[in-house]
Amino acid sequence: MIKTDILIIGAGPTGLFTVFEAGLLKLKCHLIDALPQPGGQCSELYPKKPIYDIPGFPEILAGDLTANLLEQGKQFQPGFTLGERAETIEKQEDSSFIVTTNKGTQHHAPIIAIAGGLGSFEPRKPKLENIEKYEDKGVNYFIKDPEVYRDKKVIIAGGGDSALDWSIFLANVASEVTLVHRRNEFRGALDSVEQVQELKLLNKINLITPAEITALYGEDKIEGVSVARNGETQTLEADAFIPLFGLSPKLGPIGNWGLEIEKNAIKVDTLDYQTNIPGIYAIGDVNTYEGKLKLILCGFHEATLMCQSAYKKLNPNKKFVLKYTTVSGINGFDGTRKESPKAVVKAII
Amino acid sequence: MQNVTIHIIDREGKKHAVLAPTDMAMNLMEVVRSYELAPEGTIGICGGMAMCASCQCYVNSAHKLNAMEDDEDAMLAEAFNVKDNSRLSCQISISGVLNDLEIELAPEV
Repeated sequence: MIKTDILIIGAGPTGLFTVFEAGLLKLKCHLIDALPQPGGQCSELYPKKPIYDIPGFPEILAGDLTANLLEQGKQFQPGFTLGERAETIEKQEDSSFIVTTNKGTQHHAPIIAIAGGLGSFEPRKPKLENIEKYEDKGVNYFIKDPEVYRDKKVIIAGGGDSALDWSIFLANVASEVTLVHRRNEFRGALDSVEQVQELKLLNKINLITPAEITALYGEDKIEGVSVARNGETQTLEADAFIPLFGLSPKLGPIGNWGLEIEKNAIKVDTLDYQTNIPGIYAIGDVNTYEGKLKLILCGFHEATLMCQSAYKKLNPNKKFVLKYTTVSGINGFDGTRKESPKAVVKAII
Repeated sequence: MQNVTIHIIDREGKKHAVLAPTDMAMNLMEVVRSYELAPEGTIGICGGMAMCASCQCYVNSAHKLNAMEDDEDAMLAEAFNVKDNSRLSCQISISGVLNDLEIELAPEV
């Protein structure tokens, strides 16, 4: 079981900055995120978009902000459980919590900080009859292990980067790759589009456009799909169907944790951003209160106040005053120390 | 300040006539949110970057709108419930020419 002081759910900018603020108070953090990499929306949706309202940065790319936040928190050695979704929470007798992910990883912490943004990113599923029946039986929305598709007949649907990249990759793994897209044009890196064209000419990718998958077949697992193109429908044999239509955030299991929810967000007390359950805080885009603004800079503020409250909760009898990094420097958990160089004072004679 | 009237049919089929200012650099998705015509968290999820299609709408009236740019077109190519009159409301800026525009919000995905 993973043990930490503050368990942060969501590794977006607010969650990452919490690591730093908690570290200044000598509190250790561990982060859980459903995505395989930290950064939340900033790295998943718009890593190349500039952000103009981060104080002190007239312009910074979302991806660079993530990298900077990781760097800023690195000395406090946060732990990460990535690619797993926080599923259940159990309150213990000593008021601490055990959070278990969808893959069964258990985390134990006295303080929970939900920094889940708009929720965990879930694949957008096409509306096809019985698609749930075939999930994990030939239908997958993510590719975890490409080897699963070795010498198999694979149908990929979608027109973005993931659909293109996986078609290219699987062309040399699967026995047959068919890429189906609603339009003739693809929304992906030019290089990927060209590669798909080349592989099509080499008969390594079967490209069907403009077309849509209209039905799935199979007894206990996927055995075939129907593809409609220009009013005609054909049936293709398939061992696997991989729809790649992007991700959409959903509040998900957190919505069932007994927290007070309003407008798809968690209600908090603005004193310290604690929820209706003592010890569970909600910070950043996932929370709501009167006057709430969903801005990264507001998330940073909320994270800072939340850490102070968490410290007091964990150390009720310990005196503490706010320290300035310019004065006190930073003592990393990794043994590093950062401090401003001492100014040399010369006497005037 | 000039206002335009926009007719919005919400996801339950209820029609609302709302006033939208033309001088606040707003887009149609933001107007829908400001009047809370769709629950928070179900519209404008990407913030208005044409990256999520949660603000997809159907344009019912014959208004001439700003042309679709590549990113909006590409996003709609991957969205669900798309019709010929589909647009991403975050890509339609509020201006005087939109007076009496009628749109219908696409179902939540």
